[in-house]
Amino acid sequence: MGKNMLKRIDLIFKNEHDCDIILEKIFKRTNEELINDLIGSGLKGRGGAGFPTGLKWKLTSEAKGEAKYVICNADEGEPGTFKDREILTQVPHKVLTGMAACGRIIGAKKGFIYLRAEYNYLKPSLQKEIDTFHETLKKLKSDFRIEIFSGSGAYICGEESALMESMEGHRGEPRNKPPFPTDAGYLGQPTVVNNVETLAHCWTIFKHGPKKFRDLGVQDSRGSKLFSISGDTPTPGIYELELGMSLQDFVDDFGDGDSKAVQVGGAAGFCVPRKKFRETAIGYQGKLTGISLPTGGSMMIFNSSRSMYNVLKNYLEFFEEESCGQCTPCRVGCQQLLRGIEAVKRGDKPHYYLTKLLRLTETMKMTAKCGLGQSVANSFSSIVENFREEMIY
Amino acid sequence: MSKMVNLKINNIDVSIEAGTTILSAAEKLNIKIPVLCYHKDLCIAGNCRVCVVEIVGSRKLAAACATPVSEGIEVMTNSLLVRNARKHIIELLLSEHNADCTKCYRNGNCELQDLAAEYKITNQDFIDMAHDGVYSIDDLSASIIKDDSRCIRCQRCVRTCRELQSVGALAVAHKGSEMKISTFFDRPLAEVVCTNCGQCIIHCPTGALIEKTYIERVWDAIADPDKHVVVQTAPAVRVGLGEELELQTGERVTGKMVAALRRLGFDSILDTDFTADLTIMEEGTELLHRLKANLVEGDHTEPLPMTTSCSPGWVKFFEHTFPEMLDNMSTCKSPQQMFGALAKTYYAKKVDVDPENIVSVSIMPCTAKKFEANRPEMRDSGYKDVDFVLTTRELAVMIKQAGIQFVDLPDEKYDSIMGKSSGAAVIFGATGGVMEAALRTAYEIVTGREVPFENLNIEPVRGLEGVREATVKIEKVLPEWKFLEGAELKCCVAHGLSNAKKVMEQVKSGEKEYHFIEIMACPGGCLGGGGQPIPTNDEVRKKRMKAIYDEDTSLAIRKSHENPEIVQIYKEFLGEPLGKQSHKLLHTEYFERQRY
Ligand SMILES: Cc1cc2nc3c(=O)[nH]c(=O)nc-3n(C[C@H](O)[C@H](O)[C@H](O)COP(=O)(O)O)c2cc1C
Ligand code: SF4
Repeated sequence: MGKNMLKRIDLIFKNEHDCDIILEKIFKRTNEELINDLIGSGLKGRGGAGFPTGLKWKLTSEAKGEAKYVICNADEGEPGTFKDREILTQVPHKVLTGMAACGRIIGAKKGFIYLRAEYNYLKPSLQKEIDTFHETLKKLKSDFRIEIFSGSGAYICGEESALMESMEGHRGEPRNKPPFPTDAGYLGQPTVVNNVETLAHCWTIFKHGPKKFRDLGVQDSRGSKLFSISGDTPTPGIYELELGMSLQDFVDDFGDGDSKAVQVGGAAGFCVPRKKFRETAIGYQGKLTGISLPTGGSMMIFNSSRSMYNVLKNYLEFFEEESCGQCTPCRVGCQQLLRGIEAVKRGDKPHYYLTKLLRLTETMKMTAKCGLGQSVANSFSSIVENFREEMIY
Repeated sequence: MSKMVNLKINNIDVSIEAGTTILSAAEKLNIKIPVLCYHKDLCIAGNCRVCVVEIVGSRKLAAACATPVSEGIEVMTNSLLVRNARKHIIELLLSEHNADCTKCYRNGNCELQDLAAEYKITNQDFIDMAHDGVYSIDDLSASIIKDDSRCIRCQRCVRTCRELQSVGALAVAHKGSEMKISTFFDRPLAEVVCTNCGQCIIHCPTGALIEKTYIERVWDAIADPDKHVVVQTAPAVRVGLGEELELQTGERVTGKMVAALRRLGFDSILDTDFTADLTIMEEGTELLHRLKANLVEGDHTEPLPMTTSCSPGWVKFFEHTFPEMLDNMSTCKSPQQMFGALAKTYYAKKVDVDPENIVSVSIMPCTAKKFEANRPEMRDSGYKDVDFVLTTRELAVMIKQAGIQFVDLPDEKYDSIMGKSSGAAVIFGATGGVMEAALRTAYEIVTGREVPFENLNIEPVRGLEGVREATVKIEKVLPEWKFLEGAELKCCVAHGLSNAKKVMEQVKSGEKEYHFIEIMACPGGCLGGGGQPIPTNDEVRKKRMKAIYDEDTSLAIRKSHENPEIVQIYKEFLGEPLGKQSHKLLHTEYFERQRY
């Protein structure tokens, strides 16, 4: 293990506090320069969808609206991930700086931190940080202001359009897209929604230049990323690692020597079996298998004592409960998948019923209204296809 | 002109305005895309996903109802991908739906059933989840039954109740597999702000929301030799009923309807239009009385503006929403209830039947009338004034059950007395109709001349615009109305409770000043009522509306005060409008209700 240690990166939690200097630097430069830096860095959203951050800000800066908004998505609902919480605890000023930079570029006067209800205890310290930050902004003659919005507690509220519905006082149901938030987001106005970590990376890029970020990672997957590592590992925790690593190296470093599978990206992600560790890279475009780096960077390692049937059942129970319930493929589909695998296991349905369910997940992927329903297929098909026997016997 | 976008649908080139949805674009090409959560009256939800189409090159399918066209796209509405996905979605819906169609009230008029039939869903591989859930049936309301086991969660009712009606009695509760359409703390509809308007029913694609039916009770009464069963028919029923019985939308079937009722075995076929004329006499006089009290005598106990009170959905909404303004509502009962009170008094005496043995049935385009008939105040005859209320749809069911070939029926006439009416009564069925009818009479009382509109048609108060205003200048009045000389009567008409709420809030804040406001709970007025045939949408409403105004112009008498039976009832029984007898039988009071 020791020999194959992956390089630990220390950017996000690096002890840097010079908000005023960085902001001054940012405010002096043109929007174009800033956006070019961001695009040049190759930074992509760390909240799951992996949308290029520079492009998102550019589109929003070009969109027309009466007002514009920046929202920091701190809903962190994926079970087992807590890296956003860690960022907000240790380096909240980096996130605030990212938001202020975004506000300046897109022309927003108002930013919100959508804070997961369970993180409400962070509010006092975060508010203090915001107050200090506002002082700095005032000195720099910026009228950008940030407010904390307490989330309503449902996983789906992390989905950006449901998040904005919930901020507007409605039920947290995802919206139809288009329009995208960049055109019509919060209160129908152009809005940037970014993950906590994404915003924290902006600090590095604006402080140290895009090259420093870009030099990490590979091709389409640049920079470093926080991973929440859990499961059958002797060393669970949060690690900042370079994108593009092979899963084999990852398991060699963090596994317990008996790793049978890794769930990359939590319930919404993919399950990779041992035989595919070598050909799988962790990044936005896995070269060989097309595995995408998913929500939150959750990495869950399973050893041979684990039943993959139970793992899948667990995920499906999560989805069945956390689906907002508005659209047919997701609301009913999740229930059918869960009951379906139970029926096969019991012997009430023949094993080839799994094939029907796999086809159902294809429909869900193509027709569900939002990312939740669309991504159920990921874990379902990767577990059922790779561990079919465990589903039946 | 807005920008045009070029695209292909099923290989046909189209050029269409930017912003149009794929669904509307396809419709223009006569390509039908199935829908469930979509309804022309409502905002887009995009949640059923039945309308998904393929946009060539895209990895996902797009919901046609929610996706605007874009330049150069190629849409396929019937590709293999689309058909398989759509079939899956229908199968999924059926797996959580109580699909005992033969035991469903909407059997034969259900959008899910139609889709299942269209896609020949004969296999059901998915696990049946409809029958192991614990579903509650809420049948405590006098008007509406809510059966969650038939619900497909399209939220059409929720959007109807919130957007069209701004009532918000129905809302989505819980998430995931538990997600359901619920009420405040899941209380029965009878105990929440529900107005019983039934708009949710006519917007429901399945049998999840239906009217509480009283058909069997009415059959029982008809079969009972000791009972004298009188039936009254509301103005809007005659322009809707045909749709349920194989006739074209907007066809007037007054004569056939009367013939059918006679064949069903009712003892006397009478007309709510008669009491609509009576309402005009009472309400018109009340308006003049209020004008005098407020403008001349400075007495504001019965304030202005006066709002109409014939729409029971509106009345209940008002009691919940504007309790501090209850005195603004006309004290007149609705025509249905005036009829009921007279049926067991005036009519009973005339035909010499013991009121105890009279069963009074009304056919209404409305579900709120069922609730209204059950209000405890509505017993001024000494009995329950109206025993059973059936919707237009329920009447159609009875006609079918009786094996009557409706299309071939001859035209027959209403019985007398209380069967005669004027054109002014007929137009009660359309939004603006009460206003127009009242103006025709009140203007003439005050000036001795006909309203100054060509052919008596007061066009400014007609139409489907949500809120309409009109000002009528009153000149050269008769001596006793001198105080009104030169006055401008400010009128407002609103339909759909959202519009009603808007108007009343403006009145409350002082932003708007009116003398007389007509409000109908349902969009379009009674012709679009919650008891009318399904589907109802603006296209249908327009046709029914035309039929109403055609009926008006076809009649010889077009002003309420010229209806000879009205003249007769005042002479023989009531005395004068707002007189003692009228007060006892034809007027009512209102009560504050909680808002929750
Ligand atoms: C079901 C669901 C849950 C999500 N939860 C989160 C979340 O907790 N935090 C987050 O940052 N993004 C979450 N997302 C992704 C957001 O919709 C959005 O893509 C993201 O906040 C954009 O920020 P980024 O570009 O910086 O990644 C979720 C998406 C879905 C479909
Ligand atoms: S996919 Fe699931 S979570 Fe997303 S809108 Fe549909 S029901 Fe809601």
